[in-house]
Amino acid sequence: MRVADVRARLERLGSGVTFHVLRLGFASRFLAYLVVHSGTALKRFRLTTAEIYFAGVLSLIIILVSGMFVGMVLALQGYETLQRFGASESLGVLVALSLVRELGPVVAGLLFASRAGSAITAEIGLMKATEQLSAMEMMAVDPIARVVAPRFWGGVISMPLLAVLFSAMGIFGGYVVGVQLIGVDAGAFWSQMQAAVDLRNDILNGVIKSVVFGIAVTWIAVFEGYDAPPTAEGVSRATTRTVVTSSLAILFLDFILTALMFTGGNNQ
Amino acid sequence: MQQSPAAQPIVEIRKLSFGYERSRPVLRDINLDIARGSVVGIMGQSGCGKTTLLRVIMGALRPSAGEARVLGRATGKLDAEGLYAMRRKMGMLFQFGALFTDMSVYENVAFPLREHAALPDELLNDLVMMKLQAVGLRGAAHLAPTELSGGMARRVALARSTALDPQLILYDEPFTGLDPISFGVIVRLIRELNDSLGATSVIVTHDVQEALGVVDYVYFMAAGRVIAQGRPDEIRRSHEPFVRQFVNGSSEGPVPFHYPAPQYDVDLELATH
Repeated sequence: MRVADVRARLERLGSGVTFHVLRLGFASRFLAYLVVHSGTALKRFRLTTAEIYFAGVLSLIIILVSGMFVGMVLALQGYETLQRFGASESLGVLVALSLVRELGPVVAGLLFASRAGSAITAEIGLMKATEQLSAMEMMAVDPIARVVAPRFWGGVISMPLLAVLFSAMGIFGGYVVGVQLIGVDAGAFWSQMQAAVDLRNDILNGVIKSVVFGIAVTWIAVFEGYDAPPTAEGVSRATTRTVVTSSLAILFLDFILTALMFTGGNNQ
Repeated sequence: MQQSPAAQPIVEIRKLSFGYERSRPVLRDINLDIARGSVVGIMGQSGCGKTTLLRVIMGALRPSAGEARVLGRATGKLDAEGLYAMRRKMGMLFQFGALFTDMSVYENVAFPLREHAALPDELLNDLVMMKLQAVGLRGAAHLAPTELSGGMARRVALARSTALDPQLILYDEPFTGLDPISFGVIVRLIRELNDSLGATSVIVTHDVQEALGVVDYVYFMAAGRVIAQGRPDEIRRSHEPFVRQFVNGSSEGPVPFHYPAPQYDVDLELATH
């Protein structure tokens, strides 16, 4: 009895692992096919521009407002701690580095996943459920090239731009709270920031992070949409999975990238 | 197998079998021909395999045995490019139209033309307007698919699927959920478009009475096999019990009312154990 119990559990675990490995393989082949068939999306760039509008421009408000608040909170919390050590002039450095290196790409990525990623999954899933993708195939048009690829590239291009705007807005929010409200010296705030933030080590690394997050989130979003069972329940589950999986992917990838980028000691 | 035209049939299906799983065939040993220029109905109950047959004809599924030759080529042996080349000569109307919801009616009809033919804008516009005129919806060109009724959506989809002047038009349940007027319009359009384009049409449907009025020839399917065939008047006179039950829409006949179930008294726990 007990042996059978253990065996049943092991079998369940095994089939779960096999299922996810298979899905990852399927998703990887999907990505490879998508990249190879991106000719249409790049040649007729208007298709991709339209998706940049949907994924990027329409996400602007949530990104800018969130960035502003995150920067304001950072300034409040940072000032509180820094002034204990008499280092409140370094507030600008703290705000800028936190945003550019970490919070900009990560929080913008999470917001992007829930705003644009879920929309991409739902749209592709519904197009599948209402046979629009089959109709396209019957018209001898490859739906991956015509529908999925432009959405993928639109998302990949939008994400770094949104992260940069998030950081910029955050720094402005930090300035408003730190300098305007609390009264930190404006000259110290900006000049220390200018001296401490390095273009390559900080800003470029932050942008690289956001590019990686953009690829991960959009890849997950288009795959989940394309792979969704063509029913109302299937699409809703796929949309949830997009948000959950891409949030976890962002946090996991952020750890890996941070470990690779900022532990070499070259920027200390 | 039947029908007069001397020309080679546009669709030839020989000893075709298909199953998603090896143990459960959905289509068994199907033989049928579809003559050029005709309107042919494939009828049967839901789940009898007729939509699967349509998917084999359009090359979306590969036969497990036998072959389906469409326009002279075996669909199961074509690669993606060959399949796409073949599909450019085919049009397909989906059950609910499957219009692209992010495009206007005009853009929906223009879609296949834009994708496959590099036409100057003026010519494209003329073609789209002609196609919409043929289905009586030129005035609706600017509307979004969500603003259309079910019947109108299907007419737009019909204009779209005939945009490239196909040789073969496939209809998947074209009459489902239509009011009598829209139904009459669709029936008329199927015949008119077929004859004016010199095309061939295949209608897969379970609306037998309605479809018998428009088709030239009928194949009846049950449980994955072709069980009867003939011209509509022959079908109406048929003595085959299944066909009789189907044509009359009767609940009595070879198709049981009950889904297979255990004994009733066992389910009600009345039986003595």
